[in-house]
Amino acid sequence: MSSKKHWSWSILLVAASVLTAGCESPLIETPPVQTVQRGFRGLGMVEIYNPDTLAAQAKINEPAAVQPLPAGGPPASSQFKNLKVLGNLNVSEFTGLMLALTAWVSPEQGCNYCHVEGDMASDNIYTKVVSRRMLQMTQEINQNWKTHVAATGVNCYTCHRGQPVPPNIWFTNPGPRTAMGPMGWRNGQNAPEKNVGFTALPYDPLTKFLKNTNDLRVEPRTALPTGDNPKSLVQTEETYALMVYMSKALGVNCTYCHNTQAFMDWTLSPPQRTTAWHGINLTKELNNNFLEPLQPVFPANRLGPLGDAPKVGCATCHQNAYKPFYGALAVKDFPVLATKKH
Amino acid sequence: MAEYQNMFTRVQVRGPAYDGVPLPTRTTWKRQGKPFFSYWVGWFADAQIGPIYLGSVGVLSVICGFIALSIMGLNLMAQVNWDVIQFIRQLPWLALEPPPPEYGLHIPPLNEGGWWLMAGFFLTVSILLWWVRMFQRARALNLGTHVAWAFASAIWLYLVIGFIRPVLMGSWSEAVPFGIFPHLDWTSAFSIRYGNLYYNPFHMLSIAFLYGATLLFAMHAATVLSVSRFGGDREIEQIVDRGTGSERAALFWRWTMGFNASMESIHRWCWWFAVLCPITGGIGMLLTGTVVDNWYLWGIKHGLVPEYPQVFSPVVVDPALLPRVTP
Repeated sequence: MSSKKHWSWSILLVAASVLTAGCESPLIETPPVQTVQRGFRGLGMVEIYNPDTLAAQAKINEPAAVQPLPAGGPPASSQFKNLKVLGNLNVSEFTGLMLALTAWVSPEQGCNYCHVEGDMASDNIYTKVVSRRMLQMTQEINQNWKTHVAATGVNCYTCHRGQPVPPNIWFTNPGPRTAMGPMGWRNGQNAPEKNVGFTALPYDPLTKFLKNTNDLRVEPRTALPTGDNPKSLVQTEETYALMVYMSKALGVNCTYCHNTQAFMDWTLSPPQRTTAWHGINLTKELNNNFLEPLQPVFPANRLGPLGDAPKVGCATCHQNAYKPFYGALAVKDFPVLATKKH
Repeated sequence: MAEYQNMFTRVQVRGPAYDGVPLPTRTTWKRQGKPFFSYWVGWFADAQIGPIYLGSVGVLSVICGFIALSIMGLNLMAQVNWDVIQFIRQLPWLALEPPPPEYGLHIPPLNEGGWWLMAGFFLTVSILLWWVRMFQRARALNLGTHVAWAFASAIWLYLVIGFIRPVLMGSWSEAVPFGIFPHLDWTSAFSIRYGNLYYNPFHMLSIAFLYGATLLFAMHAATVLSVSRFGGDREIEQIVDRGTGSERAALFWRWTMGFNASMESIHRWCWWFAVLCPITGGIGMLLTGTVVDNWYLWGIKHGLVPEYPQVFSPVVVDPALLPRVTP
């Protein structure tokens, strides 16, 4: 009897181990997971932290140790030619900023990543044209978007992290290749896409909400139907997809900004939701006024599969942290980046 | 007996294969295949497999189901450009989607929901025919039609979310996609769009019946297994002639719960809990969007939503309503 009995138990054991083997998948949080309560008790408004994820996140969110040079010397415009944005700096500040830029953006490639060797003033290299516009963009963010970046601000390293091409840019997603002919329509969704957390939600909410429109709201404001909220379930899934992207980009749960009792209700929401709301408008403005207009400047290998310019989203600055560099001040030492008035 | 009372049936009592009751004389379809026994199936259930009898209704149902599944499968294959490996890898993500909202209830182009409409039609016909078959087979055996009506309650929910509600809403796009993850995304999007389905009283009832049915099922199964050593597993006999197994089961629940169902009534409890789950769920879905647009706000109106102390400071207001702040 016993040998037969053991045999059936071993089958059960094998089945159980096959089932639990799924827990090793990187998509499933393995213990120990820590929870931190934020909202009122009983509402499930908790942040979930996994030590492994946090460690990986902290590693990429250390601010760059870059020191500015003390101000001094004659105006930079008297020493250097073709200064369109930084002309009002003095020579020492200017040189300090150039060194900082190199450390932030092209530490391995050096000055000549953005300058023609032997002719620093030349605009005959696309990276210089782009970086000049990026300086203006940084000033715009720090000056006009305090609703999102507060006094912390951003600098080049916030996005670039020592890489000439920032790691978390995005392009319009043409979707997976499907068959030609009368079958294969996906309705813009149902493809495992990293930007939407490998869900089956619409795979490119970024083009829609961070470039074309900021019309995210889908929930009706009245209990009963009035006929004036025509938002469809497909549109709901698009908003949902953007929310998943934001959650991944910031390393937070839905409840970081929402009370899931009623996602739409502002009075129930943590104040972070307002900051995020401004963030959505901010990225939309940056993509339309700064990044997409640079499309003709970029060489083809820097463009997306549909020929569009690289664009920014929440992840571009946040890099999985609720605040880039956990809120370390980014513009304090570089006042030139804080305002356009220079 | 200790061997017999296991998770699996390891002592398999095997007599000659049984063909079943005589078929109606005017049927064109005969029983197919020679019955055989499977030791593995015998672990979990009766070991006899076959003969198979579908009848004209069953054959039609299988054909319609095959057409529906083929339309879905071919569309999913086309979505991965006919790549079998990608089809297997992406299968949980893939779906045959209903038409986009702009087509309303009109017939959309094939590749923009037309296939969905067609697959839905054949799947529905297949399911309804299978229901007819269930009803007829129960009648043929002189059974009650309880199973058919329980199946009908599931069909009700299926029809509400895939046909009746989209028609009332005036748009096929409200319906469910045929896909594994996509239908789950649809479910959560549905709850978000209509202001949190948890405040829908029929959703509450449906959940109560869902969990209630599983609880009752577990209670009943455990009770019968525990008294089977006293013959309690011969439930049908004990319904009309209470034996010691049935008496002990009743006494156990009076001791632990203060109340006991009878050997007959416990099955009515289970049946009603089970069928009420999709019936109430279907009503809740049917009211959503047609009668109530935002269940959270509806719940506030009717005193259903608890209020919690404000813990965030300052209290957040909709920034879209504020004048744009410029420095």
